Amino acid sequence: MLEVKIKKRLGAFHLNVDFKAEQGVTGLLGASGCGKSMTLKCIAGIVRPDEGRIVLDGRVLFDSEQHIDLPPQQRRVGYFFQNYALFPNMTVEGNIAAGVRGSQKKARVRELIHAFYLEGMEKKRPNQLSGGQQQRVALARILASEPQVLLLDEPFSALDGYLRWQVELELSDLLKTFSGTVLFVSHSRDEVYRQCADVCVLNNGRSESVLPVQQLFDAPTTLAACLLSGCKNISRAKKTAPTKIFAEDWNVTLEAGREVPDTIRHIGVRAHYIVPTYESGENVIPCAVERVVEEVFSTVVMLKTPGGDKGYSRLRIELPKQQWQDLHVTGNLSVAIAPKDILLLTE
Amino acid sequence: MDWFPLINSLRIALIATVFTFFLGIFIAWEVAKLPRLCKGVLDCILTLPLVLPPTVVGFFLLKLMGTNSALGAWILQHWNTRLIMTWYAGIPAVIIVTFPLMYRTVRGAFEAFDHDLLYAGKTLGHSNTWVFWRVLMPGCKQGLLAGTVLAFARGLGEYGATSMVCGYTPGRTATISTTVYQLWREGNDALAYQWVGVNLAISFVVLVSINLLERRQKQDARRA
Repeated sequence: MLEVKIKKRLGAFHLNVDFKAEQGVTGLLGASGCGKSMTLKCIAGIVRPDEGRIVLDGRVLFDSEQHIDLPPQQRRVGYFFQNYALFPNMTVEGNIAAGVRGSQKKARVRELIHAFYLEGMEKKRPNQLSGGQQQRVALARILASEPQVLLLDEPFSALDGYLRWQVELELSDLLKTFSGTVLFVSHSRDEVYRQCADVCVLNNGRSESVLPVQQLFDAPTTLAACLLSGCKNISRAKKTAPTKIFAEDWNVTLEAGREVPDTIRHIGVRAHYIVPTYESGENVIPCAVERVVEEVFSTVVMLKTPGGDKGYSRLRIELPKQQWQDLHVTGNLSVAIAPKDILLLTE
Repeated sequence: MDWFPLINSLRIALIATVFTFFLGIFIAWEVAKLPRLCKGVLDCILTLPLVLPPTVVGFFLLKLMGTNSALGAWILQHWNTRLIMTWYAGIPAVIIVTFPLMYRTVRGAFEAFDHDLLYAGKTLGHSNTWVFWRVLMPGCKQGLLAGTVLAFARGLGEYGATSMVCGYTPGRTATISTTVYQLWREGNDALAYQWVGVNLAISFVVLVSINLLERRQKQDARRA
């Protein structure tokens, strides 16, 4: 288990993270520049936090009060860099050997080369390898050093398209062979959803509580988590009755179907859960079609709500192409939102 | 043609370049680790000889090593020898003048180097020394070589500071550049042209090799 509770100031940026990662894969999800890499660098001992405590499986790596600050060499942290950071002047063999601690180097290197399907590539240099092969070498090298925790920093950002998907599948198989804690840093909700059991959202340098990944997508409770989970429709909100909310940006009152917390600040509704309707009634919003954008397999429609057409006042819905054509919309369109699909955001 | 000036220039430049090489790398590495303010101040001081007239460097060296200085007088008294007006007086002069070229080229190479590679080495459990010699040095090879060639070439043609501390004694302290000056003063154009030719040839070789090194460096960067 990895416990991190650190603070670090860097100019105007404040990093303030506090989370625990159990055995298995924990995601650190956040937008670019929110301090994800900085957090990993603090854990690895590359950057020194201003204050706080980092404990790995009961071993104190950093404690500002006790003046403990282990150098990176002694932390036993496997850092998987965005661009793999393979030593360009060394062969595949040399790179893996650079990771092996202790004696019996040759045998261990052979073992890892076999385990990571790198036979025949021993004498090649990193720039002669494909992206997937480089990734395997990087992982073999890290596992050779017998780390107690793995830190993966946006492991797929250097790849695109089809290769990215393949490499991701490969990595998730390889991760299953690692028995310790894994921290998976990403700005992609999809990657986190596929790879992680738990997730911690990092919002502008501050960490939120660790949640099971399913909960982040089903019921995010903060604005940052909601946005990171891919929700496109957000409105400021006020509680008007025990189960009713007034959506300020959309200028409508909605039924939430459950007790609304007093601290509610925003609501969110995913594009898929907003459905066109011809009826009027509860949670139906009369809108005007503002823009229609054709995507590859669907049609995205931007709607003007009674709240106007500024920023969050718009609604975005997504329909299969055929369904949109069958609607024969000419200018106005009413949409309905089921109470259970309204996400109540308190922060 | 008496080849002594070429040999003298070569030995001064070679010995000085060895010092500049290690000093440049070591100081660039140490300065890179300092906090920003110290780095800025030190950077100015260390680069100063690049923009300062070499005669100013020569002036300071005369004040430091001349027979009237504490150091010069002490050496004269104990070893009965002078530090200035000898061929080896040119060595410190050339070290100081060429140092900024090495220092700045190496610092540029260190800054352009992917620091993740250093962090990777450290998190894998390797000492800072290992990371320096096995990862940083090979990665900055082209930059180090370019800086060395540049420093050596500059040292070979050094005139201002060298002429002040070495003077001009044919067969003892004469260098290529002081010889060209002396031949022009004597009106010996024919011989002066020959030495100018030697100078041009050396400069040409140096510039071509630096261009080749830079091209290789770019290719390496593109491949990485």
